[in-house]
Amino acid sequence: MTPEDNKYAKSHEYVHVEAGIGTIGITDYAQKELGDVVFVELPQVGTQLEAADELGSIESVKAVSELFAPVSGEVVEINETLAEKPELINTDPYGDGWMIRVRLSDPSELDDLMNAEEYEEYCETESH
Amino acid sequence: MPETELKKTPLNEVERELGGKMVDFGGWELPVQYSGILEEHQAVRERAGLFDVSHMGEVTVKGPDALSLLQRATCNDVSKLDDGRAQYNGLLYPTAGFVDDIWVGRRAENDYILVVNASNVEKDFEWLADLAKGLEVEVRNVSDDYVLLALQGPQSQRVLQTLTDADLPQLKYYRFTPAAVDGAAGMISRSGYTGEDGFEIFLPPGDGPRVFRKLIDAGVQPCGLGARDTLRLEARMALYGNDIDHTTTPLEADLGSIVKLEKGEFMGRDVLQRERAEGPKRKLVGFEMVDRGIARHGYPVVDGGEEIGVVTSGTHSPTLKKPIGLAYLPLGKSAPGTEFMVLIRGKETRARVVPTPFYKRPKS
Repeated sequence: MTPEDNKYAKSHEYVHVEAGIGTIGITDYAQKELGDVVFVELPQVGTQLEAADELGSIESVKAVSELFAPVSGEVVEINETLAEKPELINTDPYGDGWMIRVRLSDPSELDDLMNAEEYEEYCETESH
Repeated sequence: MPETELKKTPLNEVERELGGKMVDFGGWELPVQYSGILEEHQAVRERAGLFDVSHMGEVTVKGPDALSLLQRATCNDVSKLDDGRAQYNGLLYPTAGFVDDIWVGRRAENDYILVVNASNVEKDFEWLADLAKGLEVEVRNVSDDYVLLALQGPQSQRVLQTLTDADLPQLKYYRFTPAAVDGAAGMISRSGYTGEDGFEIFLPPGDGPRVFRKLIDAGVQPCGLGARDTLRLEARMALYGNDIDHTTTPLEADLGSIVKLEKGEFMGRDVLQRERAEGPKRKLVGFEMVDRGIARHGYPVVDGGEEIGVVTSGTHSPTLKKPIGLAYLPLGKSAPGTEFMVLIRGKETRARVVPTPFYKRPKS
């Protein structure tokens, strides 16, 4: 189930926007591909991110992956709970497994991202 | 993505049915995981897990000169084996670098079976066949004759005993015996690659899927390559292609227990004799991270901007719940407690040499 109210990047991050603040995490497809997540490295609050910038990394037992910012903006909050419970990314990627919140500096960038249906099609082609 | 023709083991269909996440592993299609690496890892440490290791190769060495061929090609003392006994051994080049690390079992006088790494089957076979020229010995690649299952974990004996009349409690570590397993003419070895008690079960390919299913139905956790790697690393078992290869010697890899200089002439003996006298230049050591991060295969070890070593294996240890790994360090910097820097994505990250194995199973 891919939530309809998110936008999706080709690098498998999602962004959920409410009142100019975007909540960013990785998709269910991405967490399944990674397997058991053991920790994430996230930027500090106040960091200015540009769309497609590397924002951090995520380590699973089997591999490391880079995380990319789907949109530009200032980091206003990070999910501190993930330091203790990185497995939330596996169990609830769209909910408690969120990673950072940014104040969008250019909301028009959202138009460059995929909607849920487009993202699902994209994952289909990636896995074949 | 172009369709590549991956080799499949006879268990491929069963593995897919059980939800195995299939990957390309050196040209073989094998499950990297089923329910998850952490869960599978824990099942092996606490109960029992089942691995398909049929991609590994089997080579038989038979004939009046079988022992002298193996003595010449390897660094451990094959003459110590009697029937039904096996040993871990190194197949070496004259440089003392590894052709492969192998399991050698003596089935009868002049009749040995070797289990070799999947990626090295052809190379090992050709190397041995070449050394066998002029000798009275037959070297055969019999890899297609076997399905090989690894049943690992403290409950392995109890579960396997329900499928065989073999006297498992009497079968000691690194012993093996011909045995009927669920009626199939197979062979059971008490050995493995996880640091737990367990068995490696050789079966005719046609019987493999049925026995595999029966063990799973008995409650054994199916396990993939991911858990196999975390388990073997906690037990500090070397992985060919990562921790050892043609450029590393058994003494550099801290495998001195399989180097028997006193047995007589063999490939690489001169080099190993010198290394034993003077010490190898570098040593494979275990480490933990001091700073946050996981140091993985190929990450450089640096000192003042200069590369002084390399990480050969690294992961998150599910049992210890922290990052661990193996690295080659200069001999003088390899003592437990020594701190060193690993370059993780461009960032110098502190690690510390620790004694190994990282995990040792509780005495039962």
